[in-house]
Amino acid sequence: MKVLVPVKRVVDYNVKIRVKSDQTGVDLANVKMSMNPFDEIAIEEAVRLKEAGKATEVVAVSIGVAQSTETIRTALAMGADRGILVKSDETVEPLNVAKILKGIVEAEKPDLVILGKQAIDDDSNQTGQMLAALLGWAQGTFASKIEFDGDKILLTREIDGGLQTLKLNMPTIVTADLRLNEPRYASLPNIMKAKKKPIDEKTPADYGVDVKARLEVLKVTEPPQRQAGIKVESVEQLVSKLKEAGVIG
Amino acid sequence: MALDAETREQLISSVRRFVDERLRPIEDQVSENDAVPAEIVEEMKELGLFGISVPVEYGGLGLNMEEECLLMFELGRTSPAFRSVIGTNVGIGSQGIVMHGRQDQKEYWLPKIASGEVIISFALTEPEAGSDAASLKTTAIRDGDHYVVNGTKRFITNANKAHAFTLMARTDPKTPGAKGVSAFVIPRDIPGISIGKPEKKMGQQGAHICDVIFDNTRIPADCLLGETEGKGFVTAMQVLERGRLHISAVCMGVASRLVEDSTKYAAERKQFGAPIGNLQLVQAMLADSKMEHYAGRCMVIDAAKRRDAGEDVATESSCAKLFCSEAVGRIADRAVQIFGGAGYVADYGIERFYRDVRIFRIYEGTSQVQQVIIARNMLKEVQ
Ligand SMILES: Cc1cc2nc3c(=O)[nH]c(=O)nc-3n(C[C@H](O)[C@H](O)[C@H](O)COP(=O)(O)OP(=O)(O)OC[C@H]3O[C@@H](n4cnc5c(N)ncnc54)[C@H](O)[C@@H]3O)c2cc1C
Repeated sequence: MKVLVPVKRVVDYNVKIRVKSDQTGVDLANVKMSMNPFDEIAIEEAVRLKEAGKATEVVAVSIGVAQSTETIRTALAMGADRGILVKSDETVEPLNVAKILKGIVEAEKPDLVILGKQAIDDDSNQTGQMLAALLGWAQGTFASKIEFDGDKILLTREIDGGLQTLKLNMPTIVTADLRLNEPRYASLPNIMKAKKKPIDEKTPADYGVDVKARLEVLKVTEPPQRQAGIKVESVEQLVSKLKEAGVIG
Repeated sequence: MALDAETREQLISSVRRFVDERLRPIEDQVSENDAVPAEIVEEMKELGLFGISVPVEYGGLGLNMEEECLLMFELGRTSPAFRSVIGTNVGIGSQGIVMHGRQDQKEYWLPKIASGEVIISFALTEPEAGSDAASLKTTAIRDGDHYVVNGTKRFITNANKAHAFTLMARTDPKTPGAKGVSAFVIPRDIPGISIGKPEKKMGQQGAHICDVIFDNTRIPADCLLGETEGKGFVTAMQVLERGRLHISAVCMGVASRLVEDSTKYAAERKQFGAPIGNLQLVQAMLADSKMEHYAGRCMVIDAAKRRDAGEDVATESSCAKLFCSEAVGRIADRAVQIFGGAGYVADYGIERFYRDVRIFRIYEGTSQVQQVIIARNMLKEVQ
């Protein structure tokens, strides 16, 4: 079984992001970038499948600027076998990412594609679903557990108020939720070894995709400053304050 | 061979993340229990930390000095007791073998040291031979295919966990001083080696030092490091010279942590209706600490780079060890002052760092010994 895992380079989750003064986006100058945390979970799951003898090859693909090779290298250091960089200096919107991935899937013919459920920069939560639709494949989103039942996948998803288990035909698109696993640290020796693993370089045009934006960002603003709260002495006081505020009757 | 910038950055961020997510949350626990949890030691092995200075052909990462120092800046950002777990394998325990070991010794020991399967200690200091290490009294007398070792080694880091020792002993009792000393690499499980109880120390709980006692211990003759007797003291000094940069980097790692903690506290703690960071007298302490951290860091990097380029950096290494160990002491002292009463009570961890960093001015050559080395080298150049 071959597993394809798309990985996105995003602002590190520890960074306190700042909006550019002209409100066109987030300031990325000198900001630490890392692999999208949900994609780390996706890679981890793929590598575990390989270690368990279920997967034979794990291919990591990243679509974005040249520095996205760093993100691919991280995936290789975690245990992926090889990488594909689809280089684009333009912002690639989810639908275009899905179209490029469709091209890669057609070329690579994986049995399973594991994506993060969303990227923490734009929180779109669209790519996996769009890719499944474009390919006409089964999809299991927000996976918290992946098991195998013969040639089918049993996938547990976290939904409001409980768990849902789906049986999916292969090939399948899976998107990883937070509790699927705890991703490993890339060990120092594996980081060194990752240098020697191959990364192919492609362009969106290789897959016949024009990455021209369809969406127009009007403006990006900081969330409103939170007002300072107050401390109450007792439950009674809390109730009366809430009544005053008209939040409870 | 130096690494490309990208790989280097990934190594650094992997260690940084390990420190932030795995080590910093358990600093108090380690100090309280006087032990680093076994699972953390296992994680350090998996991460590859034990092998950073061992050459690639023997299963290590083969980092150069600058790269090793960059990683120590990161590993230093938490209790230095964690660094001590890998300290002897990375530094004083292994480097004698790397520098002067025979091929068979390298092949046997280095891969095990790099993986952490073997913990190796460095046994030089004795009850009556500290700064004057060349006066050491432990003897190793050749007897057929063996050496018979007698003597006591003192304050030996990781001795209670060690599977092997790099030992300095006098093979020629008729030759006093450095020339009569040879180095050995010996397995712990040879009969006639006993380990004392861990000493109660001022700081760095979780790291241990013990006596190592040799009582008519018969060690195979091929435990001699290298081919010839009488080279042990030179080996020890070369190992320590290299170790000085490693220790300097650890000092600056701790310093960066203290600067960070002090700055955050000064920005948050309010007195007289405003953050204490607004007070210029507090700002002076912050600025002095930042300046000393920056200066120390620059010294470490400069000396390490020169060493990697093949320069003799004996003087620079001692300068760095002297400056960085003294500076981190002042920085820790200022951190206590900036935290006020909170700096003195245990909950904030600052007093723990204050105690932890005190040893840096003492081991691997005291500050006075560094001064002696620096001045001696300076004068040699004009004489
Ligand atoms: C936590 C810890 C870990 C250690 N780990 C190891 C280890 O793994 N392996 C090992 O072999 N040793 C180890 N040591 C020993 C350490 O290296 C020695 O303690 C150190 O070298 C100082 O020797 P000493 O304690 O005998 O002090 P002394 O040499 O007795 O020094 C006492 C004082 O005299 C000063 N002094 C001595 N000589 C001179 C001089 N020529 N000029 C000016 N001043 C001088 C010193 O600077 C110091 O202030 C460790 C010690 C500690 C506390």
